Amino acid sequence: MQDFSAAFGLAFDLILSGNADLAEIVLLSLQVSLTAVLFACLIGLPLGAATAIFRFPGRGALIVLMNAMMGLPPVVVGLFLYLMLSNAGPLGPLALLYTPTAMIIAQSILVAPIVAALTRQVVADLHSEYDEQLRSFSVGRWAAVGTLLWDGRYSLMTVALAGFGRAIAEVGAVIIVGGNINHVTRVMTTTIALETSKGNLALALALGIILVGIAVAVNASVMSLRATAARAAYA
Amino acid sequence: MPDGSHIVDLRACTPGPVREILPLEARGLTYEAGGHRLIDDLSLRFEDSGLSAIIGPNGAGKSLLLRLLHGLIAPSGGEVLWRGQAADETIRLRQAMVFQRPVLLRRSVAGNLRYALRHGRNGAAGASVGSSVEAWLTRANLLHLADRPARLLSGGEQQRLALARALSRRPEVLFLDEPTASLDPTATLAIEELIGQARAEGTKVILVTHDLGQAKRLADEILFLHRGRVEARAPTEQFFSDPENDNAAAFLAGRLVF
Ligand SMILES: Nc1ncnc2c1ncn2[C@@H]1O[C@H](COP(=O)(O)OP(=O)(O)O)[C@@H](O)[C@H]1O
Ligand SMILES: [Mg+2]
Repeated sequence: MQDFSAAFGLAFDLILSGNADLAEIVLLSLQVSLTAVLFACLIGLPLGAATAIFRFPGRGALIVLMNAMMGLPPVVVGLFLYLMLSNAGPLGPLALLYTPTAMIIAQSILVAPIVAALTRQVVADLHSEYDEQLRSFSVGRWAAVGTLLWDGRYSLMTVALAGFGRAIAEVGAVIIVGGNINHVTRVMTTTIALETSKGNLALALALGIILVGIAVAVNASVMSLRATAARAAYA
Repeated sequence: MPDGSHIVDLRACTPGPVREILPLEARGLTYEAGGHRLIDDLSLRFEDSGLSAIIGPNGAGKSLLLRLLHGLIAPSGGEVLWRGQAADETIRLRQAMVFQRPVLLRRSVAGNLRYALRHGRNGAAGASVGSSVEAWLTRANLLHLADRPARLLSGGEQQRLALARALSRRPEVLFLDEPTASLDPTATLAIEELIGQARAEGTKVILVTHDLGQAKRLADEILFLHRGRVEARAPTEQFFSDPENDNAAAFLAGRLVF
């Protein structure tokens, strides 16, 4: 118990003193996860919207695949990406293994299916409501996609936030392809895992507190977005 | 709010000139769904401008007919022709429709009008869109609500916006599906005034309504639809004085059930 409260005290000291190592890890985490969410949205938003609106060959299979990929275990994604990126793998020459880029790719793979599947739901609902009106306006197909994405913007922002929540909290994939190298690929989750096993509870706890803080902030943003949208009847 | 005192007779002025995309013609139009023939080998022709009201019992196929004519659904048989040809982009841009439950975009009141104008037949000239938006908001008495989210408007305001949004596209033919179905008399009057103006300016209006008083007030002619067929069609006065069709007479007397 003594250890426990002492660790908490040290953890808060670390956070409040603006410890450089801590800051570096937090910043890298944010950088990796935000970039991953950006890529996941670039893939997931059009994919989700297309499967919601258009009928094309392979659409059913694509939806099944998207839904299946939503539940991918992160360690399996890490393993798969490791095989691709390792020296012997097909992408070995790119020398991406154990870099932040590898971690970004891993998180993008984990988050894109979530963004795509949730986007599909949002856009499909809006589409069923807007379809006849937009066709009455004689709005072209692609302009209609733009309209649906824009009018669904509040819901889609919460989708992106949900993706960010998953990315930032994920450990299994990034620890495999990032390698948890000090000052290079150490993010919050991997550092917590490592430092806890080494018995350095203060740093682990400090990161844990920040991680929880981020999760709370993400949830608060989602709630306030929902409230804003509801107030303007935009949801 | 228009107080109605200046509305004497909405049909007092003669309708505007015949529009370019008319005549609109349905030839042997059939629509089947779920094993039922919901529109049944229906042929009709709209040649003149003015307002044609379609009346008939619930489930007669009035909404389906509007959707078919407007090209939102494809017929199971027959065809819809504009000046003897199938609708193309030009013809589509010269029609507009207001649905029974208005579909307002998740934007401001002005944003809804802006969207309709930008995607209209005159496209997106920034300055002219801005002044048109203001003109139409003024006309629909919605200027004071311009920045309000459209979906927070009252039922009457929503329907006025949907109608103004349709009219802002300068349609030659306007389809209206029970535009005043759930509105109080004041809101109904405001909508009827806008419809009357559109007719006076030469828009061909095809109006589905349950409100026989409204049909009398607005329509140049009445079409009676029953079980997917046009069973009677006559100029308004004549239709109401002598419907010449047993089902239509029964409907006017409140005795016809589907
Ligand atoms: N897609 C559809 N599938 C099956 N039945 C339909 C469909 N759309 C409309 N109907 C039926 O067709 C009939 C006519 O519908 P509608 O045109 O909406 O009638 P109304 O004259 O009241 O506007 C109704 O009985 C309705 O239930
Ligand atoms: Mg109807």
